[in-house]
Amino acid sequence: MKSSVITFPGSNCDRDMDVALKKFGFKNKMVWHNDNELPKSDLVVLPGGFSYGDYLRCGSVASKSKIMQSVINFAKSGGLVMGICNGFQILVETGLVPGVLLRNKYLEFICRNVFVKIDNKDNPYFKNLEKDIFELHIAHNEGNYFCTGDQLKEIKDNNQVAIYYCNNGGKIEEEFNPNGSIKNIAGILNKEKNVLGMMPHPERMIDSCLSGEDGSLFFKNLLNNIK
Amino acid sequence: MKISAIITLKKDVLDPQGKVIHQTLEDMNFKNVNEVRQGKYFEIDVKENDPKKAKEIVEDMCEKLLANLVIENYKIIEIQ
Repeated sequence: MKSSVITFPGSNCDRDMDVALKKFGFKNKMVWHNDNELPKSDLVVLPGGFSYGDYLRCGSVASKSKIMQSVINFAKSGGLVMGICNGFQILVETGLVPGVLLRNKYLEFICRNVFVKIDNKDNPYFKNLEKDIFELHIAHNEGNYFCTGDQLKEIKDNNQVAIYYCNNGGKIEEEFNPNGSIKNIAGILNKEKNVLGMMPHPERMIDSCLSGEDGSLFFKNLLNNIK
Repeated sequence: MKISAIITLKKDVLDPQGKVIHQTLEDMNFKNVNEVRQGKYFEIDVKENDPKKAKEIVEDMCEKLLANLVIENYKIIEIQ
């Protein structure tokens, strides 16, 4: 299976993602933001970081970069596109997934482990996963998911919420919401379920010595799902 | 021609920075503040001499890049 990770100026999780994808069997290529053509891919990943120094709004400048037109076309033709953290911020700026990511509610940069509950497994990313609750890492300043009332209704009606922040028992309540996200939303799918944006970093949970293995489960399962 | 644009958060969008500024102002004894909302201000020198056309160009920029219309409004406030 072939994957592509896009590197923008200021991306800093691109190499972590490369390591994770290769570890679980993807043939990964790094793609520079200024390229026009996307290599043949089964999965495209927009990694975390601070593309363009978060100027204007996080992800806004990267969303207009040259390669993104190819990524948007790839997504619109049904290709799998996953945005993690800054990648999620870039995805919302392209309009591929609804909503926006605002400054964290308490104005602090949050860097810690959280638990998330998978809400919808009817998609290529989470299908066949045996667990529902995952421990993953977050590190962001703008992860406070927001959308309009109409958008929220549409998101719910179409089962587009991918994951919610919760506690280790899977309870989804405000006290387990790290950043003020509306309804504890940590990740969103597009209507067609081929585009996923989420704040937590699965690529940081692929080694039991360093962190944890919940990211490993995610990547192994993803590879099997798209084989 | 120079055009200015002001980007503000929509009414329903939480503005934690505005709240902190409001709180700080109160702590500094500015007791007469109802609310503070933080926004962005742009001055754009457009290569266009017709004020109407220049304004349209900046409006287009606001729609496509400068503002995120899910959470922000824009206003063209000044034409020099």
